[in-house]
Amino acid sequence: MRLAFILSEIGSGIRRNLSMVTSVILVTFISLTFVGAAGLFQLQIGQMKGYWYDRVQVTVYLCVDNSSETSCAAGPVTEDQRAAIEGKLESEQFAPYVDTVSYESQEEALGHFRDQFANSPIVDSVTADQLPESFRVSLVDAEKYEVIDEAFSSEPGVEAVSDQRDFLEAIFRYMNWASVVALVIAGIMTFCAILLIATTIRLSAFSRRRETGIMRLVGASKAVIQLPFVLEGVIAAVIGAVLASATLYGASRFVIDGWLVNTFPQTAFISSQQVLILVPALILLGAILAGLSSLLTLRRYVKV
Amino acid sequence: MIRFDSVTKTYDQKSRPALDGVSLDIDRGEFVFLVGASGSGKSTFIRLVLKEDRASRGAVYVAGQNVANIPSWRVPRLRRGIGVVFQDFRLLPNKTVFSNVAFAMQVIGRSRAVIRETVPDVLATVGLEGKNNRMPHELSGGEQQRVAIARAIVNRPGILLADEPTGNLDPTTSMGIMKVLDRINQNGTTVVMATHDDDIVNTMRKRVVELHHGSVVRDDAQGIYIGETGVVVE
Repeated sequence: MRLAFILSEIGSGIRRNLSMVTSVILVTFISLTFVGAAGLFQLQIGQMKGYWYDRVQVTVYLCVDNSSETSCAAGPVTEDQRAAIEGKLESEQFAPYVDTVSYESQEEALGHFRDQFANSPIVDSVTADQLPESFRVSLVDAEKYEVIDEAFSSEPGVEAVSDQRDFLEAIFRYMNWASVVALVIAGIMTFCAILLIATTIRLSAFSRRRETGIMRLVGASKAVIQLPFVLEGVIAAVIGAVLASATLYGASRFVIDGWLVNTFPQTAFISSQQVLILVPALILLGAILAGLSSLLTLRRYVKV
Repeated sequence: MIRFDSVTKTYDQKSRPALDGVSLDIDRGEFVFLVGASGSGKSTFIRLVLKEDRASRGAVYVAGQNVANIPSWRVPRLRRGIGVVFQDFRLLPNKTVFSNVAFAMQVIGRSRAVIRETVPDVLATVGLEGKNNRMPHELSGGEQQRVAIARAIVNRPGILLADEPTGNLDPTTSMGIMKVLDRINQNGTTVVMATHDDDIVNTMRKRVVELHHGSVVRDDAQGIYIGETGVVVE
């Protein structure tokens, strides 16, 4: 009975206050969309870092058949060349610089490639013999990349020495900026949402002051008096959060799955499935936001 | 049932207290008129009983309990034991007579079945049989006040506080309301009615407590309304 009563109170509150409730929905929708966008940028950074950051310090790529590099004019790397390169990497001379060396065969390279580009159509068109075998060298001091580069670039059988750290870091820096911008916008919008929820609850409390006054007099508990107001805000915020989630999911399907993956097949992107991880967080955030701001407002404007 | 022990209530340090050292004992089942001019402290008395305000000094006991010691989460329970009626009725304009009375039961979690059974009985007690589905604006002032009384007593409180319940009504209608209040009192409910309607006080011949500038200046067991003590009939 009490539940039915509270629900009907919420219904009448929302009806009376429809335009304010709509604006709460829209503001939480926009603010949580930006929160979610910031989250997606972080997920994307994590996705790329997760695979790249630890392993690709310096890679010494060995020649493959049909390599276009001039250093590989002599054809693919031979057993002896490979042994010589490995020996040199593990020699006393480079011990102060080299931490560990690992060898990646063409088959392993394909395996990694497939993991990394799981969401990309390019996977199907690549075979093992197209990918170079390589020595993955992690350095004691990553800044000393030049030493390895100079020493091995001209070694017979080496196609190229690459340090992808600089490139990756530039990308991560831009993405971090984007996520900071999204967070700042989210912060401002969230602040608006809190103020708007507080104002809505105030108006709602004002338009229902007769009811709450009578409730108090006949001894309704604090929960029965305040719950309709709190839930009114929470329901509006949760609707906003659901809209934000739907927008993010739609956008990720459209932008990532539909465009970025095809346009930049070399890059690993998050899947739209991963966006769904954000949904419960956004809904919870919306509910907590609305619940807290309405409780604080009620403390001031609805006497119990 | 209600006991005031040297109660002083000061709203604002600079002005004189609204109640000044009031001691008063109201027994279970009594009918008490609280008379006095506007500003004599009648409404403050009612607010203190309901724990809407706290006494600046002294203690207020309701049903044997010092209200100052009731924690805020227990205040609703205190108020469930007290019905209140006001001069301006305070009905919900968008609810029917039945719903207005039922509202008081819904908000404290009574079941639908109990509400359906109780509300018509209470409406009959106040003389509103057959008006269940009327809206407040379709009723006369006297009828609206009866609805308000029905709402105040539907949860069977031990105490009924009435703050100028006949203030907006003509004398004939007022007498009808007084009959209803008297009937409720006969059923064992303690009734405290603040008023400055001398006709009513003189006709009913109940206990009269007169307040003047926040102090009790008279407490007659079967009193009448006396104008000479400085009380101005408005």
